[in-house]
Amino acid sequence: MGLNKKDFTLLIIVAILCVFAPFILNPFPEGSAMAQFNAGYPDLMQRLVIFGIFAIGFNILFGLTGYLSFGHAAFLGVGSYAAIWMMKLLTMNVIPAIIISVLVAGLFSLLVGWISLRRSGIYFSILTLAFAQMSYSLAYSVLTPITGGETGLQPKVNDPRILDGALAAGETPRANLFGLQMNQSYEMAVGNWVFTFNAGYYLAAIVMLIAFYISIRIFRSPFGMMLRAVKSNQQRLNYTGLNAKPYTLAAFVISGMYAGLAGGLLVAMDTQVGAERMFWTASGEVVLMTILGGAGTLIGPVLGAGFIKYMENIVSKINKSILEQWFAFMPDGIEDLLITLVYPFIGKGWHLTLGILFMLVVIFLPGGLVEGGQRVGRLFKRKKPADDKPDGKTTPAE
Amino acid sequence: MDAIILQILNGLDKGSAYALIALGLTLIFGTLGVVNFAHGALFMIGAFCAVTLSRILTLSHTVIDETQKDFLGNPLKVDVPYIYDIFGQATGDAIIDWAVPISILFAIPVMVGIGFAMERGLIKHFYKRPHADQILVTFGLAIVLQEIIKYFYGANPIPTPAPDAFRGSFDFGAMLGFDPNTIIYPYWRLVYFAFAAVIIGAVFAFLQFTTFGMVVRAGMADRETVGLLGINIDKRFTIMFGIAAAVAGLAGVMYTPINSPNYHMGMDFLVLSFVVVVVGGMGSLSGAVLAGFLLGILESFASMAIVLETLPGINQIIIYLVAIIILLTRPRGLMGRKGVMEE
Amino acid sequence: MGILEVKNVGKRFGGLQALGDVNLSIAENSVHAIIGPNGAGKSTLLNCLVGKLIPDTGSVMFDGQSVLGRKPYEINQMGISRVFQTPEIFADLSVMENMMIPCFAKRDGAFQLNALSSIPSQRDMIERAEHMLEDMNMADKRAMHAGSLSRGDKRRLEIGMCLSQEPRLLLLDEPTAGMARADTNNTIDLLKQISEDRDITIAIIEHDMHVVFSLAERITVLAQGTPLVEDTPDNIKGNPKVREAYLGETQDAA
Repeated sequence: MGLNKKDFTLLIIVAILCVFAPFILNPFPEGSAMAQFNAGYPDLMQRLVIFGIFAIGFNILFGLTGYLSFGHAAFLGVGSYAAIWMMKLLTMNVIPAIIISVLVAGLFSLLVGWISLRRSGIYFSILTLAFAQMSYSLAYSVLTPITGGETGLQPKVNDPRILDGALAAGETPRANLFGLQMNQSYEMAVGNWVFTFNAGYYLAAIVMLIAFYISIRIFRSPFGMMLRAVKSNQQRLNYTGLNAKPYTLAAFVISGMYAGLAGGLLVAMDTQVGAERMFWTASGEVVLMTILGGAGTLIGPVLGAGFIKYMENIVSKINKSILEQWFAFMPDGIEDLLITLVYPFIGKGWHLTLGILFMLVVIFLPGGLVEGGQRVGRLFKRKKPADDKPDGKTTPAE
Repeated sequence: MDAIILQILNGLDKGSAYALIALGLTLIFGTLGVVNFAHGALFMIGAFCAVTLSRILTLSHTVIDETQKDFLGNPLKVDVPYIYDIFGQATGDAIIDWAVPISILFAIPVMVGIGFAMERGLIKHFYKRPHADQILVTFGLAIVLQEIIKYFYGANPIPTPAPDAFRGSFDFGAMLGFDPNTIIYPYWRLVYFAFAAVIIGAVFAFLQFTTFGMVVRAGMADRETVGLLGINIDKRFTIMFGIAAAVAGLAGVMYTPINSPNYHMGMDFLVLSFVVVVVGGMGSLSGAVLAGFLLGILESFASMAIVLETLPGINQIIIYLVAIIILLTRPRGLMGRKGVMEE
Repeated sequence: MGILEVKNVGKRFGGLQALGDVNLSIAENSVHAIIGPNGAGKSTLLNCLVGKLIPDTGSVMFDGQSVLGRKPYEINQMGISRVFQTPEIFADLSVMENMMIPCFAKRDGAFQLNALSSIPSQRDMIERAEHMLEDMNMADKRAMHAGSLSRGDKRRLEIGMCLSQEPRLLLLDEPTAGMARADTNNTIDLLKQISEDRDITIAIIEHDMHVVFSLAERITVLAQGTPLVEDTPDNIKGNPKVREAYLGETQDAA
């Protein structure tokens, strides 16, 4: 595999987590009060791994080179549109859709990157933002024949689909992998628990593992080392006979292709696209995921994406009556006070919680959850104080 | 000709808002060297100052009005704003009617306070950190601020009308000797433009003619040297931050009659304002103002029917397109100085 | 014909004539120092040689090829390496990685998309970098963060990085600026050893006369943007013009 032992272990752990996610995310028995906090349903599990891919790719650009793009959602959106057109024109099989989404996003990011990378720093961020907003506006207005404008796109019964046979009467087009439908699930009941194994999720998880493996290889390659050198000191890089531009452009295109892959997979799981997934808040979200997890680390973006999507699901489901149940054992006055205090942060207040969390991470934990984990780990190891001077740097650890 | 004047006028109010926000962004960037992604949120909070004040002014208590009866013949309960009790009904009504302009007085201390708190509590700690970190932490702050507003005011836009006297439009074309009804322009937009011009003038005059302003301008040019002169530049920069926040807030207050405020309006404006700053030239105050109006007007020209026929959708992307072209051909923007944010 | 030929180079910044009419020839495998008081145009000249500035007039030929109009990385690939006044290294990377990057740049050129090969599989590169670290007496620090090295070690590392590219001309910009005496002497010894052991031309810009006279075989004195005189160290010491223009001010340093 070409990985060292530590990286290989990491990959295996992620693989195991992916395989057993339907169990891990469904800890509560059906019918119990907590059952609504189960996250082991196909739609959410798919999003966990797909946004994982998005963040892994973003990290190759931001984590390694330090170039902060605020427009990566555009590549995800372009990938999605490309995939849906494959499904309309060619076949409902997801393989061509996914391949074309990566290619188209790659080409588009080559164009955007080629222009944006002529500047660096804040200018680069704003150029990418401008490109993404432009794509979003165009998708909404002029490009309606290609993008479906406000209504978006989905496969229709009477699309050509030249590779597929005619649909039987009353049959709707469904995304599939050589006949295996993406929304097909097998439910396993164990006592009061019901675990769902979804075909689409496992396809997405396998793709994510491949994407993760490739990102490890990139991190450990001479190319990855050059990207970190770009972040560390461009001056020295130039005077070492290396041209930073093709390195950053390659990183930009690779991360654009990851975004396209995520976009294609989103379509493979749920066959529809709208322009809103290109809006700049979507670009902001992948920034949040990467930083929260730990930019420049291998596992960070996956953790960040998983954490945000999972918490979004859990926290936004908590409502006032659930809070009342939780705090019911307390005296009335304190109960009311606690509920009043906690209420703004739950349910629809999830974004508030996320914003605060994000700020705290940027201020106190520049290495994200991964650095947090390492600090906690160090506390338990009780090393000599001299060894754990916090340097605030994001070295590519696990 | 009349169509051109109309488009210029239409571009003025949006351009004014861009210019005011971009001015504040540039002040903060130029003095503190910080890229403030939360600046749009300050604009939004300003708008909600107006909402808050008009809510305070219409706070009511219920009284039983013996002169009116409901359909059962009982005395009718009516809500009477407290303000009637203080000033009487006529003055009270007038005050409520003028809620938006009055909010200016309310918003200035609030915004300056928020600005101080932001700078002392958060931004101060990020002067030495990379620009990416500054962007990230202020981006987080922007999310937090807008979610707080959303929590208290809900997600829907809140209509906040202009005073009666400024509702409606007037025939600007007739005044200039064109055919009647060719250039119809709402009064309030003109008010907004005039207001923006006054604020911009005040900021420039302040920087130009006061000792304080002189030090700040020197600091923008060369922070270290001014620091070496023994001038406490940090304290002045805190005040600058407060002023920038107030400018953004006032821009928001006065914008409420044009667009009903909602919690994400700040972000919508921020993205464009950043583009404006970059086009104008990072760190150039006059560049920010110039680019603000220029892009506002350009945007309104691009949405003319005749332009849209030949270039459909151009109104949606014109600003970004211009920004990209400018950045590639004149990397320092229209009026940018050498050495600012060049890596 | 020297390895580096500078002919009639001039450079203006607005109203300031930074370089007047500079002619300079640096002989192959020599150690050549360029000295001069502050503002004499030493740094401007250096920047013109490495592609950071483009002179208004004149020509700069390296080994028979013009360097003008080429980007710094292209000039570096021609065989000119530069050591900066404050050590420019990859502070976020390990010492070993710092040393490997120029090795890759030497082998693979300005860009190589070797995204899927792993570093440990690049045996020859590792050996080369380790060899160079040993030459620099830094083998024991290979795993350290380069940013946490001492100033002297950073300088050593930077010089080692430049040497690992096997440049034909090594340019040093005040290599001992801000260094303690011991570090300065170490650096002098290191440079001496380098020039003895390798086929390399060294051009050094320096303020410190101790360094200049311990190392240089020839010295060019620059004053107000033009070369005042070029000669051997002994003759420079005795030259009254130089004394007047330069050494008079820094007698005790010499």
